[in-house]
Parts: sequence; C-alpha cells; structure tokens
Amino acid sequence: MGYQGHFRVWRGSDEGGGLEDFTVEVNEGEVVLDVIHRLQATQTPDLAVRWNCKAGKCGSCSAEINGKPRLLCMTRMSVFAEDETVTVTPMRTFPVIRDLVTDVSYNYQKAREIPAFKPPAGVAPGEYRMQQVDVERSQEFRKCIECFLCNNTCHVIRDHEENKESFAGPRFLMRVAELEMHPLDQADRVQEAQSSHGLGLCNITKCCTEVCPEHIKITDNALIPMKERVADRRYDPIVWLGNKLFRNKS
Amino acid sequence: MPELERHSFDVLVIGAGGAGLRAAIEAREHGMRTAVLCKSLFGKAHTVMAEGGIAAAMGNVNSNDNWQVHFRDTMRGGKFLNNWRMAELHAKEAPDRVWELETYGALFDRTKDGRISQRNFGGHEYPRLAHVGDRTGLELIRSLQQKVVSLQQDDFAETGDYESRLKVFQEFTVTDLVLDDGRVAGAFGYWRESGRFVLFEAPAVVLATGGIGKSFKVTSNSWEYTGDGHALALRAGASLINMEFVQFHPTGMVWPPSVKGILVTESVRGDGGVLRNSEGKRFMFDYIPEVFKDKYADNEAEADRWYADPGQNRRPPELLPRDEVARAINSEVKAGRGSEHGGVFLDVSTRLPAEEIMRRLPSMHHQFKELADVDITAQPMEVGPTCHYVMGGVQVDPDTGASSVPGLFAAGEVSGGMHGSNRLGGNSLSDLLVFGRRAGAGASDYVGGLSARPVCSDEAVAEAERTAVAPFSGADGGGENPYTLHMELQQAMNDLVGIIRRAEEMDQAIKRLEELKRRAATVVVEGHRQFNPGWHLALDLRNMLLVSECVARAALLRTESRGGHTRDDFPGMDAEWRRKLLVCRSAGSSVEVVEEPQVPIRSDLLELFEHSELQKYLTADELEG
Ligand SMILES: Cc1cc2nc3c(=O)[nH]c(=O)nc-3n(C[C@H](O)[C@H](O)[C@H](O)COP(=O)(O)OP(=O)(O)OC[C@H]3O[C@@H](n4cnc5c(N)ncnc54)[C@H](O)[C@@H]3O)c2cc1C
Ligand code: SF4
Ligand code: SF4
Ligand code: FES
Repeated sequence: MGYQGHFRVWRGSDEGGGLEDFTVEVNEGEVVLDVIHRLQATQTPDLAVRWNCKAGKCGSCSAEINGKPRLLCMTRMSVFAEDETVTVTPMRTFPVIRDLVTDVSYNYQKAREIPAFKPPAGVAPGEYRMQQVDVERSQEFRKCIECFLCNNTCHVIRDHEENKESFAGPRFLMRVAELEMHPLDQADRVQEAQSSHGLGLCNITKCCTEVCPEHIKITDNALIPMKERVADRRYDPIVWLGNKLFRNKS
Repeated sequence: MPELERHSFDVLVIGAGGAGLRAAIEAREHGMRTAVLCKSLFGKAHTVMAEGGIAAAMGNVNSNDNWQVHFRDTMRGGKFLNNWRMAELHAKEAPDRVWELETYGALFDRTKDGRISQRNFGGHEYPRLAHVGDRTGLELIRSLQQKVVSLQQDDFAETGDYESRLKVFQEFTVTDLVLDDGRVAGAFGYWRESGRFVLFEAPAVVLATGGIGKSFKVTSNSWEYTGDGHALALRAGASLINMEFVQFHPTGMVWPPSVKGILVTESVRGDGGVLRNSEGKRFMFDYIPEVFKDKYADNEAEADRWYADPGQNRRPPELLPRDEVARAINSEVKAGRGSEHGGVFLDVSTRLPAEEIMRRLPSMHHQFKELADVDITAQPMEVGPTCHYVMGGVQVDPDTGASSVPGLFAAGEVSGGMHGSNRLGGNSLSDLLVFGRRAGAGASDYVGGLSARPVCSDEAVAEAERTAVAPFSGADGGGENPYTLHMELQQAMNDLVGIIRRAEEMDQAIKRLEELKRRAATVVVEGHRQFNPGWHLALDLRNMLLVSECVARAALLRTESRGGHTRDDFPGMDAEWRRKLLVCRSAGSSVEVVEEPQVPIRSDLLELFEHSELQKYLTADELEG
C-alpha cells in the first residue's frame, strides 16, 4: 500500500530560500497536505504551512504543486506516479513569509476597497423577497472560499507587481459583479469596476477560472458580463439612463 | 528581551467565527473600540465548515412553526438538561438574527414566494433550517466578515483609518488571560508568523474560541479546536458545565484513512438519504427509543410518505437526534453488519435523481468525488460516527454571556448550557448569532459601567511569557515530542472516553491523562519562534490536556446515559440526574468537578409540554411542584 515518495518543498523566508528534497512515506488515499503533515511530524517540525478544514472549504492551503496553483488538501497523491517527484512551492504572486506561507494581505486590502452591500431603504429585515433564479447568479460567486488562487494566477499581477495598486484581481472584480447582480443592492457599481478596480486590465484569458477549486465561472459569468455592462454604458447613453432611472440591474 | 508589543482596547473578542464576529459587530455598534483576535486568517474560522443550515422558526415553509415549537424541540434534543433561559432566548431571537444577515448581504436559498427557504433536519419538528445549498457556514461567516468590512469602511469615511474602531488581528494565538485582582485586565499571546509576544490590555474579553474536538482521534474538527477558550476560562477562575457531553456526529467519512472523520452533512438524510447495513437493511427502524415512538415512523412506507406529506405521517427514523443515530451505527458495526471499512452505508443515489443531488448537495458530491473517488449520485457513501461538537463550556449568564469572572464573557461553542446534553443540527449557527450579539452587548455594558480600568501587572505578563517559551528550554530533560503526545492523547480519548463509556475505561483515561500531563511538562521543540507548528502544538497541548481531564472526570461521575454521554454500565436516563449539573473548576494543576443543582424550568415554559412527555424526563416531585 504505502510507498516512499519523492518530494521537493520550497523552504525559506522573505530573505530567500530554495527547494529541499525529501523522501517520505505516502499511503493510500492521501492528499498532498497529509504528506506535508507527515514531514512536519517526522522530519521538519518547523515546516510552515497554512491549513484549516482539510476538506476544501476554507481556502487556507493554497500553494503551487508542480507549478500548478492548487489546494494542498484537495490534491490527491494518486494523481502522481509513485516515482514522480512532487514539487510544492508557495503561491508566487504574494510575498513569502516562510516556507509555504505567503502574505496575502493584498487580498484583504482589495476587499476593503469594494463598497459594501447597500441594503434597500425602507425594506425591514424579514421583508426581503427575492426569487431563486434571481439570487442564483450572485450565489455562484458567493461559493468563493477565498483561496486567492485566481488572484495568484492572473497574469495582470502575477508578473506585474506595479499593477497591484490599480487591479482588484479576479476575486474582487467578481465581488463587484456579485453585488451588482444582487437583486436588492442599491449601489451603482458599473463605472467603479472600470475606474477604481481595474476591470479594464483583464483581457479575459480565463486562467483564473481554470484554477478555481470551486469551479466558479469567474470570467464567463462575472467578468465578461461586467465588461458588457461597462460597454453598454459607454456607447449607449439611453441604456445608461434607463439603468439609472429604473434600477434595472439585470 | 525584545520590546513587548502592546495594544489597548475596550473589548477584546477572542475568535473570529460566527460568535466572535457577531459579538465584535455588537461591541463596535455600542461604541466600544474593539479588537478581534483569531488563530487563522480572517474568514477561515471553523464556522466556515458548517454545511446544513441555521435553525430559526421563521415559519416560511410550514407556518405552524414558531418559537415555542423550536424551544420544545431544543429541550427534547438536549434531554431537558438545557439551560431553559438560553433555549428560550435562542428560539425567540434566532429569526431576527437570520433576517439581519440578509441586511449584511447574505443570499439564502429561496422559497417560491421569495422568502428564505427552510429544510428538514434531525430533531426539528418542521422544516426550519435556512440554508445555502450545503455551504451555509460559508455564507454566514462571509456575511459577517463583509459586515465587519462595511463598518470599517464607515469608520474610514469618518476618521481616515479603517481600523480606528474595529480591528482584526489574524494568525494570532492567545495563550493566557491577564487578571487584576480577579478581574479581566487583558490577554497575552503570540503572532503565529513571527512568534513575537503581544499584550492586549482590555477590561472585557469575549471568548468565542469554538470547541475541543482535536483531543479526539476521529473528528470533524480542525486544528483550531484545541479547547483554548475552555482552558483560558478555567485558568482565569471561571467554571465549565456539561463537559461530559460530547456530540459524535453519526456520519463522518470513514475511508480513505486520511479523511476519516470529515463530516458528511445531515442534510443528506434531511433530503431523503437512508442508512443501510451490510445486509441492505434500513436498520434505524430498530432503534427508535421509547420517548420518540409517537414522532417517528416504524415502517418504510410511512417514512417515505413523510417527505411529501409530513402532516399525516411520522418522520423517518434516520432523522432522530444525532446521539441516537450515532449509537445505532455503532451497534450495527459492533454486531458485524458494518461496511468494509467499519462504517455503514448512507445512500441518496437511489432516493433522488442525480440532478437533484447535484443541486441540493453540491459540496458533498465534490467532497466524495475528490477525496474518496465515490460518486454519490450513483453509489452509497460509507459513514461512521465522528467527534463533532462539545455541548459543555463556560457557564454564563444567559442574557449577557457573562461568566463568573468579572469582565470575562463567552459565546458560541465555547459556552455551555444552551444545548443541554445534545445539540440539534442547525442550532449552533443560530446560537452563535443570538449569544454572540448578547455577549457583545454584555461586554459593552460592563465596560461602560467601570469607574477605573484594571491593570496588567508586569509580573503577570512575565509569567505568561515564561510559560510560552518553556517548550524551547526542555530544561527538565526527557524531551517529549509534542506530536507524539498529541497522538497518544487523541487515542486515549477516542478509546476510553468516546461514544460508549465505562467506569474502568474512564478511570484508565484519567490515569493516562495524568501521565501525559507529566510528560507534557518536559515537551521540547526545535527551531525558533517564527511560524513554528511544533511550538504551537506544544502550547495547545496544555489546553487539550486540561479540557480532556474535564471531559473524563465529569463523564466518570455522571452515572446515567443522556444525550452525548452514553454509559455502557448505566444505560438508562435518570430523572434525578437531570436536576444536576457537573461543574468543573481549576484546582492547582488539576480539575475539580462538583455537582450543583440545575436551575428549575420556568413554569410557563413547562406548560408548553404535555404532561405525559414531562413524565419521561422529570422526577415525581418536580411534576407535582
Ligand atoms: C464540518 C462541520 C459542519 C457543521 N455544520 C453545522 C450546521 O450545518 N449547522 C450548525 O448549526 N452547526 C454546524 N456545525 C457546528 C458549528 O459550525 C460550530 O459549532 C460553530 O461554527 C462554532 O462557531 P464559533 O463561533 O463558536 O467558533 P469558530 O467558528 O470555531 O471560531 C473559533 C475562533 O476562535 C479562534 N481561536 C481559538 N482559539 C484561539 C486562541 N487561543 N487565540 C486566538 N484565537 C483563537 C479561532 O481562530 C477561530 O477564529 C458544524 C461543524 C462542523 C465541524
Ligand atoms: S480572465 Fe481576466 S482576471 Fe482572469 S486571469 Fe485572465 S486577465 Fe486575469
Ligand atoms: S474565485 Fe475561486 S479561485 Fe478565486 S478565491 Fe474564490 S474560490 Fe479561490
Ligand atoms: S485546508 Fe481548508 S481548503 Fe485546504
């Protein structure tokens, strides 16, 4: 059943580091995080890794496995050949703190820059009425577990530190879309998506969608519709005025 | 020694799950400068894992539902050991707390007429759980997190600083509370990232640290659940109640070994899933206890009719309270009718069309597909009991969340009393909001009424620091490895104080715990304080051992079976025991457990029950009085 697996794990801090080789036991049914934990318990007690639920629900254990952005707890060892070396590195877009742990504060900053849900005036709590079909679009985006793998992957910031300032990243552009499509939200979010959150920098490569462990169609269902709304506003003042007057958010 | 980082706040909330965030929102809205401290990243506390739903008698699906019915179900589920006042407040206020989440932006699944949809769950008479597919906890925590951000945006607009009134300190662990003459003065802890120590000065602390499941081997709980808040409260002089009651959820994954214990939501059964043994028999019909005979169907035909016509039929026995179902599964496996990997079969594939399963249980489908290679739309799942929730916790005043230590408050899983001997599914998320809010308000009122602030003395801080660095010195020799000790603790609790208990085994457990405590004093860790999981575990061990001792000692004393406490040697429920609470307090390096009388239930609440039902739980002289 069990076998000795070959692992290469990035170890180091903000001052630098490198890949280290390990040979470690792997058992049937295990995921990469199990093996990282075994390393901690048997060989490297101070190996730093974030995790929490171990069931793909909290989005803590994001890293890159053989160069692919993934959750450590949802990557089964059975997808690798027994003689294959499994390389585990921290997310590349965010500064390393130590080993596999990165500083994801960029994401929390961006979250703060998106104006919050604006509740409908005059509708008391308990009186909200919404149809299932109307909430489903935003519900898809609210499946997000904030693993930040999409932001880690997006080339707009992965290779361009300078864009971080002006670009909210797919996760938070999707948050804007989520609020925009919320049936009862009262704020106008279309212009801001473009002007403050950097929607224009996205060139719909869909790389973010590909890595999303929740299989959210970030590009097709959030980013492209937002771009269409921006375009509608620009080129069609009547639609823009209509939207304004009738709050027709769909 | 490097300079100690210091912060000063009005209210300190330890924990950023549902209870902690709701408490923090309340304290901030009361004008308190509030800090939230949490071990993991903001938005990733254990609450995120809750699946099935949040219980609130809104009556959206069945208009017969109301707070009285919810109160009754909660008391029945807890076998009448609940603190009745908490159960009352909870049932009355839960709907408002759920509706309030909508004003924060939450999007629950809807009914046809556009209200919040509600689903069936074990022990709840009517469909009562508001939900979002099977990721309700995520919706709850994200909504609260976004509300926190929204308050921070308001503060930014006003003061130019997002964090001027409400600040989250994430990846920070509190190791000790600091007292001034028996009152709360602050909290001491370390940044997980750098290992640097911090002192928070605050006259009020709300504990919202969640549960203790990491002391058991098979558990649905994450690394955060090391009973820190329980231990902090004990060491500060507060008391814990109901610690013998630990909920084993009937359905955890059993295969493969690395995922053993991970939860399979009760919604699978609420939505029609059935339990079968290796002979293909729906065995739950054989396990309906006397007290529930009039509420649960004794044949498959009636049980199956219930889903469409709950008015005319009794409920399927798969939806009995969790303790009953967990024991039944345990018995089937022991009788040799278990599955290959020591569980039983939970099947929804023959009960609902595949599309319906995908729609209602998407994350279960995902979880089994990814982790076990099982397609739940085509195959049954293998499941078995897993340690899930601790009913026991800090003894609090129901209305304010205040413990017996001035300035110390508790809410959520770390508090005790609300659920009695057994919690109903969905009653935790609502508990978090109802009592999180109350504790936030209670702490604010307390601070508002103070004439002078307590002070953190240098000695107290130095002592906390010495304790925290002890594992690096290993001066006492021996050099125990924290991982080894943790594994032994988990094994002992699982085997000796688990789902079925016996006096001899618990005696043995207490001896084992004594020995582990001795060895833990010599625990040694390598490396330095920067992000060092070995060191973190070494500090957590101290809490786990203390809390495990509470569980074992209380369990040994309670010579009856009730809810989440099942004694092989005392299989019956004893009405005399219903009137007693076992109260744990710290005594030197050990724990002392004493019997104290349970507060009698207010008479107008008793009148909500049929006399015949009360006869099953109350003593003869209580019934007369
Ligand atoms: C898999 C699963 C599914 C569940 N499903 C449901 C459900 O459907 N319905 C329901 O009602 N209940 C459910 N529950 C139970 C419910 O989720 C928990 O009881 C509840 O979320 C606990 O919330 P809390 O706010 O008390 O604590 P938590 O959400 O656990 O938060 C605890 C917080 O305290 C912090 N903390 C702990 N110790 C320290 C320390 N020393 N220093 C600093 N911070 C600390 C943690 O970092 C964390 O932020 C489920 C539980 C599990 C495990
Ligand atoms: S689709 Fe847009 S947001 Fe997503 S990865 Fe490509 S550029 Fe980035
Ligand atoms: S959208 Fe998907 S990839 Fe991005 S943070 Fe959310 S869950 Fe992760
Ligand atoms: S540990 Fe929660 S997603 Fe991996």
